[in-house]
Amino acid sequence: MQQGEDMIKVTKLNKSFGDLHVLKDVDLTVKESDVVVLIGASGSGKSTLLRCLNFLEIKNSGKIFLEGEQIEEETHNLNTVRERVGMVFQHFNLFPHKTVLGNVIEAPTQVKGVPKDQAIQEGKELLDKVGLGDKYDVYPSTLSGGQKQRVAIARALAMKPDIMLFDEPTSALDPELVGEVLATMKELAEEGMTMIVVTHEMGFAREVGDKVVYMHDGKIVEYGIPNELFDQPKEERTKAFLSSIL
Amino acid sequence: MSAIMHFFDVFINSFDVFLNGLWITFQLSVASLIIACIIGLFFALLKISNIKVLVWIADAYIWIVRGTPLIVQIFILFYGLTDIMLIPMFWAGVAGLAFHSGAYIAEIIRGAIQSIDKGQREAGRSLGMSNGLTMRRIILPQAFRRAIPPLGNQFIIGIKDSSLVSFIGMQELFGVASTMGSNSFDYLPYFITVAIYYLFIVLVLTVLVNKLEKKLAESD
Ligand SMILES: Nc1ncnc2c1ncn2[C@@H]1O[C@H](COP(=O)(O)OP(=O)(O)OP(=O)(O)O)[C@@H](O)[C@H]1O
Ligand SMILES: [Mg+2]
Repeated sequence: MQQGEDMIKVTKLNKSFGDLHVLKDVDLTVKESDVVVLIGASGSGKSTLLRCLNFLEIKNSGKIFLEGEQIEEETHNLNTVRERVGMVFQHFNLFPHKTVLGNVIEAPTQVKGVPKDQAIQEGKELLDKVGLGDKYDVYPSTLSGGQKQRVAIARALAMKPDIMLFDEPTSALDPELVGEVLATMKELAEEGMTMIVVTHEMGFAREVGDKVVYMHDGKIVEYGIPNELFDQPKEERTKAFLSSIL
Repeated sequence: MSAIMHFFDVFINSFDVFLNGLWITFQLSVASLIIACIIGLFFALLKISNIKVLVWIADAYIWIVRGTPLIVQIFILFYGLTDIMLIPMFWAGVAGLAFHSGAYIAEIIRGAIQSIDKGQREAGRSLGMSNGLTMRRIILPQAFRRAIPPLGNQFIIGIKDSSLVSFIGMQELFGVASTMGSNSFDYLPYFITVAIYYLFIVLVLTVLVNKLEKKLAESD
């Protein structure tokens, strides 16, 4: 078990879309530098949970703490909160009208007011780090899916977030491109980044994950260490789910 | 044969006067379309604001423009504006044309904005960009690219529609043609001449829009 401060803490989180009650009293704590892997069937609310954590969706009730500080929609500037919570999407969502480097420096220069020279230098370093040192000036449409996702990771990192959320970062990729993205994420985890990752890549979950959370129907059904949860799930529903995806 | 010779005569001899008209048509079109784009962007943003009153205002504007003939709009604005203030005829005409095109451009821009994948907005927001900043830096640049073909189309319509301000007395292309036609009781050659000028303008604009489209497609 890693020690550390609570990076993110969620208590009794509820979220509904109209009549559809999607998140039901979700409690979750993620310690600093932990990697939490979130699994669950389609529609169980994994994306909604991540989206509530960076306020792309606004919860109906419950509390969200970021580094011990309760974040309230009414009083906090959510834009500033989002700067601290990076997000990587299944479909990359790169800005197609900007070059790779343009994607990476956009938010630091426009939001944080980082001088352009400095943003470019830092952006290039990030792109080098994710293995795209030769792609600064190309447009996203010329990249493979794996390359696009690594640009998206660099773009999120450029804001120097405290925590990174990944929503099925490899599920839109051709199988042969999954590895390069997972390797980038693993490296990030090793550097101590706090991460919540929705993925069904069990190898990654076992190797990199500190905790696994199994969600079913808007609730957290089981929570544990990857190898234990995968090999000896306590709950019947977890067992059924694991056998369905393996 | 002699009819054709006569037409060429008219075409060449009227060149100077038509050049004046062409210049006025050009000024009318540029001014009205620039203003129409600003109006269009404004009402497009109202329409996507999700704020009921604002959406309602935009809908009302578009409904009025769509539901009445342009010539009626031009006359109402002309007499309305000249009644309440001292305004040159040119700007009254521009107002009528811009008021009209603005509604169609609003719909074009709204459609283009809504056609941008919602993941783009979410990506911007997730990086800490405000709603306005995301709109300005991420959504609108992409929406404008997508809007270029329909906007080009609307500009062509706008240029041709500018002929209607001749009815409030502007001596733009069509005004020149009708004046010269009625002065000489020799209408046909002048109207064929003016048709050629319009065809020429539309051809130039079409080529420009196609070039722009190609250029932007390369960077994508
Ligand atoms: N904006 C929305 N409006 C209405 N319903 C929504 C919205 N977003 C999600 N839902 C619904 O909430 C439920 C949970 O969706 P969510 O995307 O969180 O599931 P998920 O676990 O991420 O599934 P998947 O594995 O398919 O991505 C689904 O029934 C979905 O249809
Ligand atoms: Mg999902």
